[in-house]
Amino acid sequence: MTLDSGALAEATTKEPPAHRAGKIPLSEGKKAERRLGLWLCAPAAIIMVAVTAYPIIYAIWLSLQRYDLRFPAEREFAGLSNYGAVLSSGYWWQAFLITVIITVVSVAIEFVLGLALALVMHRTIVGRGLTRTVVLIPYGIVTVVAAFSWQFAWTPDKGYLAAMLSDGSAPLTGQTSAIAIIILAEVWKTTPFMALLLMAGLALVPDDLLKAAQVDGAGPWQRLTQIILPMMKPAILVALLFRTLDAFRVFDNIYILTQGSNGTGSVSMLGYDNLFKAFNLGIGSAISVLIFIAVALIALLFIKLFGASAPGSEPAGKR
Amino acid sequence: MTATAPANKKVGWSVINLIVILYALIPVLWIVSLSFKTADTISDGNFIPRSWTWSNYAQIFQIDLFTSALRNSIGIAIISTVIAVVIGTMAAYAIARLDFPGKKALVGVSLLIAMFPQISLVSPLFDIERAVGLFDTWPGLILPYITFALPLAIYTLSAFFREIPWELEKAAKMDGATPLQAFRSVIVPLAAPGVFTTAILVFIFCWNDFLFAVSLTSTSRSQTATVAISQFTGASQFAEPTGSIAAAAVLLTIPIIIFVLFFQRRIVAGLTSGAVKG
Repeated sequence: MTLDSGALAEATTKEPPAHRAGKIPLSEGKKAERRLGLWLCAPAAIIMVAVTAYPIIYAIWLSLQRYDLRFPAEREFAGLSNYGAVLSSGYWWQAFLITVIITVVSVAIEFVLGLALALVMHRTIVGRGLTRTVVLIPYGIVTVVAAFSWQFAWTPDKGYLAAMLSDGSAPLTGQTSAIAIIILAEVWKTTPFMALLLMAGLALVPDDLLKAAQVDGAGPWQRLTQIILPMMKPAILVALLFRTLDAFRVFDNIYILTQGSNGTGSVSMLGYDNLFKAFNLGIGSAISVLIFIAVALIALLFIKLFGASAPGSEPAGKR
Repeated sequence: MTATAPANKKVGWSVINLIVILYALIPVLWIVSLSFKTADTISDGNFIPRSWTWSNYAQIFQIDLFTSALRNSIGIAIISTVIAVVIGTMAAYAIARLDFPGKKALVGVSLLIAMFPQISLVSPLFDIERAVGLFDTWPGLILPYITFALPLAIYTLSAFFREIPWELEKAAKMDGATPLQAFRSVIVPLAAPGVFTTAILVFIFCWNDFLFAVSLTSTSRSQTATVAISQFTGASQFAEPTGSIAAAAVLLTIPIIIFVLFFQRRIVAGLTSGAVKG
C-alpha cells in the first residue's frame, strides 16, 4: 500500500541484528518499548476488531437462521437454507453479474483515463498546480451529490445531457443505458484517485532512462509500454486492487441514480433491499457473507498476482 | 520538456489541461447552476440559468430535516475524525518506531479492513445496534466511521512518520526523557502536518459516507445530510425538490472545495504516500 519502497528498505536495514537472535534477555528499555507499543496500538486494534470481526461472525450466525423482522417469533435455526435460497435465486445472480460488469468496465476505463491523467499531471508544462487542484474535486466530492448531478443531467427535459438525446428517450429507465450512466458516474468520481496513485508510480521512473531510450530511438509508445509501465507495476497493481474492491461495493451511485430498478441493482443494493424492504435478516446476512467471500476471493487473486510485492507481505519488511 | 519549450507545445498543453479542468468541473457547475435556477426555469434543461435566485438556499434552511441533518453530519464527522486521528496517530507511531509483538498482525488487520465490503456489516450492525441501543444515535455511526477511517489514518500517518528526523527523539531520550515524553514533546510537533493531512482525508471519508448513514439511522436524531438529501421531497408537498436538492448538494460540497483549494499539496501527498481510499 505504501508506495515508497525507499523508506521501507531503510527501515529494514536500521533494525539492529540483536533482535533477530531473540535469545538475549530483553533489557528494561526494550521491555518498556514493547509495552508502549502494545498500549499505543491497543485502542486501534480493539475498535477495528470489535466493529468488523464480531459483526461478521454474528452475520454468519444470523445467516444460518430463519429471521424475518416481521415475524420475529418464528426465528429458528435453518442450516444452509438461506444460502440455498440466495444462490438459487435469479436476483442474486443478476445482481452479481451487474456488479461484475460495472466493476470490470469502470476499472478498465479508469485505468486508461487515470494513466492518461497521471501522464498529463506529471509532464504538463503549464498549469500544473491548477490541474492537480481541480482533479481533487471529483475525488473529494460527496458521491451522493455527484450522483444527483448525473441524475438531473440525464433526466428528460431537465438535464443538459438528456437534451442532446433524441426526444422521448429516458436513459435512466433502460437497463443498458442506466448501467452506462452508473459506470460514467463511477469513472468520473474515481479516475482522479487512480491517477494520483499512478502518478506516484510515475515519479519513480527515472527521467535519464527515458532520455537514454529516446536517444536510442524509442518512440513515445515504446517508452510507455517497454519502460514506464513495467517500472510502474507495483503502483499499478495497488491502484487496481483498491479500485476493484471499491467498485465491487458500488452502492451510493446506484441508490441515487436508479434505486436498482430495471435490473441495475448491485449485490450491495440487493443486501440493502433485503434488509430494509424485505426485512429479512437471515437472507440479508447470507448475502452479506457471500459478498464478503467474493471480495476475499478477488483480494486473494490480486495478491497471487502481486507475488512478493503484495501489500500483505510488506509489513515483514517494515518491522 | 525544457523551459524553452516552443510556444505551440505550450498551447497544446493548455488545451489538454483545459479538457481535464472541464472534465472535473462540469458536473459540479451543473449542480451549482441548478441550485440558482428559479422554480419555473429549473426544468428548462439549460446549462446556465436564465434567471437567478437564492430562494433554493433560503428554502432548505426552513426544512427541519435538513438543518438537523447538517448538524448531525458536522458533529459526527468532526468527532469521528478527532478520535480516529488520535488513535491512528498512536498506532502509526508504534508501527513506524517501536519494536513490539503483534505489529505485523495490526498492519494486516488494517489492510483487511481497508478491503472490507461495508455492506457485509450492515445487516449484523443493524441488529446489534438495535439490541444495545446504539441504533439511530451519533455513537452508532461514529463507531463504524472510526473503524473504516483507521486503516487510512494508520497508513498515511506511518508514511509521514518515517520521514521525521528521529535523531531528535534520541537526543530527547539522552536528555532523560521517557519514550512517552519523547513522543509528546518532540514527535507530536514534528508530526503535526502529517496529522493535519490525515485529518482532512478522514473528514472527507466520514462526510462522504452514505451506506452506514442510510442503514443505521432512522430519524432526525442522527440522520446525516447525505441521507437527508436523498429523501428530500421538496419544501412543501407541491414544490419540486430539484432546487432544494441542488442547493443542499452545493452546501455539502463547500467544505470539500475549501480543503482542495487550500490544502491541495497536502492531500496529494497524503493520498500518494500511503493512502488506501478516502
